Amino acid sequence: MHSEADHVKNSIRTYVMVGAALFVFTGITVAVNQIHLAVPFAITVALIIAATKGSMVASVFMHLSNEKKWIYGALLLTVMFFAVLLFVPLFTVLDGIGTLSEPARAAAEQATRGGH
Amino acid sequence: MEIPYTVEERPDTGLANGKLGIWLFLASEVMLFGALFSTYIILRVGAAEWPHGELNVWLGMANTFILIGSSVTMVMAWASLKMNQWAKHRMYLILTFALAALFLVNKYFEYADHLRRGEGPWHSTFLAIYFTLTGLHGIHIVGGMIVMGYFIGPGAKLWKKNQEQFANRIEYTGLYWHFVDLVWIFLFPVLYLL
Repeated sequence: MHSEADHVKNSIRTYVMVGAALFVFTGITVAVNQIHLAVPFAITVALIIAATKGSMVASVFMHLSNEKKWIYGALLLTVMFFAVLLFVPLFTVLDGIGTLSEPARAAAEQATRGGH
Repeated sequence: MEIPYTVEERPDTGLANGKLGIWLFLASEVMLFGALFSTYIILRVGAAEWPHGELNVWLGMANTFILIGSSVTMVMAWASLKMNQWAKHRMYLILTFALAALFLVNKYFEYADHLRRGEGPWHSTFLAIYFTLTGLHGIHIVGGMIVMGYFIGPGAKLWKKNQEQFANRIEYTGLYWHFVDLVWIFLFPVLYLL
């Protein structure tokens, strides 16, 4: 218990430093936004900064840098399902259902011309 | 009957039950917000044009600073308990609660300004997803405040009976609170800046 208290005492400086870094990164995000970059570049920069801030919160404040394997396992599963959740809806756009294949379209055009 | 493994670690997981429980809950929260972020992407990619500058960036930035500050005070509230500093713990937890309230006050002014101009969720796709995401996040802030309020008030008695268990409960509250901060860290650039 005593050594745990010492360990926590040593971590306080880290908590304050990470808090300060998060403030600075927030300022940078807004400053970059004021420059009015091209939209794809602005999105990339903003998301990289947000991911950096998020990983700092998770690893330091939530102590994920030093956790038990059960928690890492649960989070790994979450990341996998999260990725599926984000990308599966894209198939509704990219699946081609309702779009005619090349031969079918040619045949349809042929039939249309023949009809006239 | 006493609930097992509230303080001591289970031999199979190496964790107290509450710790694994809160992480599984946070995993479900990731999926909840993930579904809404996915919806945002689909709506935005499918939109012919997407509005810029509709939200007050400075108010959003102030709220980001407030939530980051509250994350620091929350972790300090837990650290104070671990160092057996009860008065400091109380101060940091009350400060976290106050910062959460300040966040909601800012949000109220932001919502009120939009609604005064007739810009409710029905006004556009952007405002619909904005109100949905920030509204759900706001409900999470209220949830966190209820838990913190309990530990500032009646729940504080546990410290006298079982210090380790109380410290664990504050740690789990902190994990939830940092997650709420983490969600806002992504919401702010996605809604206010891009």
